[in-house]
Amino acid sequence: MKKMKTGFGKLDFLFTVIVGAAVLVTIIPFLNVIAMSLSSPEAITRGSVWLWPAGLNAEAYKAVFTDLSMIWALVYTIILTIFYTVLAMILTVLLAYPLTKNRLRGRKFFTFIFVFTMYFSGGVIPEYILFKNLKIINTMTVLVIPGLLSVYNMIILKSFLMGLPASIEESAYLDGASDFCILFKIILPLSKPILATLCLFYAVFRWNTFQDVLYFVTNSKLYTLQLKLNMLINITQSSELTQFEGANPTRIAAENIKSASIIFATVPIVLVYPWLQKYFVTGMTLGAVKE
Amino acid sequence: MDETLKCERLKSRRAWRSTSGGWNIKRDWQLYVMLLIPVVYIVIFKYIPMYGVLIAFKDFNIFQGIFKSEWVGTEMFQQLWTMQDFRRAFRNTLMLNVLDLAVGFPVPVFLALCLNELKNLKFKKISQTLLYLPYFMSWVIIGGIVYQLFSTNTGMVNQIIKAAGGEVVPFLTNKWYWVITYLFSGIWRSAGWNTIIYMAAITGVDASLYEAAEVDGAGRIRKMISITLPSIKPTIVIMLIMQVGQMMTIGFERPYVMGNNLVMDFSDVLSTFVYRLGLQNGKFSLSTAAGFFQSVVGLILISSANLISEKMGQRGIW
Repeated sequence: MKKMKTGFGKLDFLFTVIVGAAVLVTIIPFLNVIAMSLSSPEAITRGSVWLWPAGLNAEAYKAVFTDLSMIWALVYTIILTIFYTVLAMILTVLLAYPLTKNRLRGRKFFTFIFVFTMYFSGGVIPEYILFKNLKIINTMTVLVIPGLLSVYNMIILKSFLMGLPASIEESAYLDGASDFCILFKIILPLSKPILATLCLFYAVFRWNTFQDVLYFVTNSKLYTLQLKLNMLINITQSSELTQFEGANPTRIAAENIKSASIIFATVPIVLVYPWLQKYFVTGMTLGAVKE
Repeated sequence: MDETLKCERLKSRRAWRSTSGGWNIKRDWQLYVMLLIPVVYIVIFKYIPMYGVLIAFKDFNIFQGIFKSEWVGTEMFQQLWTMQDFRRAFRNTLMLNVLDLAVGFPVPVFLALCLNELKNLKFKKISQTLLYLPYFMSWVIIGGIVYQLFSTNTGMVNQIIKAAGGEVVPFLTNKWYWVITYLFSGIWRSAGWNTIIYMAAITGVDASLYEAAEVDGAGRIRKMISITLPSIKPTIVIMLIMQVGQMMTIGFERPYVMGNNLVMDFSDVLSTFVYRLGLQNGKFSLSTAAGFFQSVVGLILISSANLISEKMGQRGIW
């Protein structure tokens, strides 16, 4: 039996091959895009670019990096993400902490009015009308404020806080510490890992989402990187479609620029990925406890 | 310690722990102050739009506002049902979700079982790291990658098919093939990520079960089928129920970036329909009615899913 555990049998080979194949399917699309971004437009049109660039050149990247609107979109999206994440964290903490207190009258009611919004919402149009009345359409505010609170994240934080030993708070309370003092001096320092996780949840959400930008913003200066990328892809996408009816080689030339832009938008995420992975897995398992 | 002080401490400890009793504003005012901001926030940004749903039953006029616009009863809903586009969006939402469930649901379970069998821990770790990566990509990026990969002239997939002597497949422009592309995008993005939940469940399986099975002479595949799978069955069932509960919910971004005019017949779903009708064509009442219909059916489905999972002894979401 022990031999079976140490050897590398037929089954081990099989499982390695299956997982290896899954990994290949996952990364080949990325490799393909990288190869395309470094290839010449002619080579792409010939269809000779697979995983290795043909006609190696960095023209596409030069085009992306000299496009000021692209650089602006990057900087702007970073600023937006930071603002959003800080405010969202404040709101989440202020909500989650009181809701962990059994002694608080009305706790169930308050929890319910928040959880209910996870499953039912007014929809896009009533939101649009509200934002119009608040005069925040076409401002940066509409990308920060309306999406600030994720009840799901709040629940994750709440279940973490409920797992902390009550005795820590109790002795502070008996020494006369106020609730604010307990929260900021005792609870939050103890919750650093989960707070980091939630920060990343919020930041990635803001970074990746473009739906609200598309809905509520028409000023192209306020486009986030993702929407900017979407516009760019749509132009070339329509070339794929017209191309279907009749060849249009001048439009395909943008293919390598499109690839370079995709890489441009992907790199920031890949740079923080080691942290993302570590903390997201924690959050995911904590969230699953609730499910 | 002084007896009276001890007594005081005991009293306040009791006050701290007491869960019943009336309002205790004096003791808890700070907690209520904390709650104030989130509550005001949620009322403004979630509950006022819920009130705004009323325009589904009115003929909304932007100058008169929600309150003063004229009531029309269920006229909007009747009008919706006569719209071919609405019925198509409704059908597509269900169709794409059912297919996602049928094709996509088993993949992470299978993958988790395979990952769990890997003995080389380094290989396992690297594989997991790479498998989780697409989950962090936005739909815009995924859409861009998919369009490059599957394009008819320059895409790598079609180049491989050609090299193998096959015919070019219109993955993006023929609606039947497009469904395959759509399903692929979902699996590619989340199958790796969703293994986390199943891996966590597998870790929780009692090791003595495996030992007992080994004594009985069970092989690895046998153990996988007879111990691991039944042990994580509750997790699988809950995930399944929850996903069935989401049948009416469809994100906007995925169908939006994946779809195009040539495949509208399959790619137009409720979320993109509402966007087009409401924000692009300004039919506020009509599209609110469509969104409301979706929300209500969705709420019923999710509540039933939750009820079933509670009946099965799992903690629900409420």
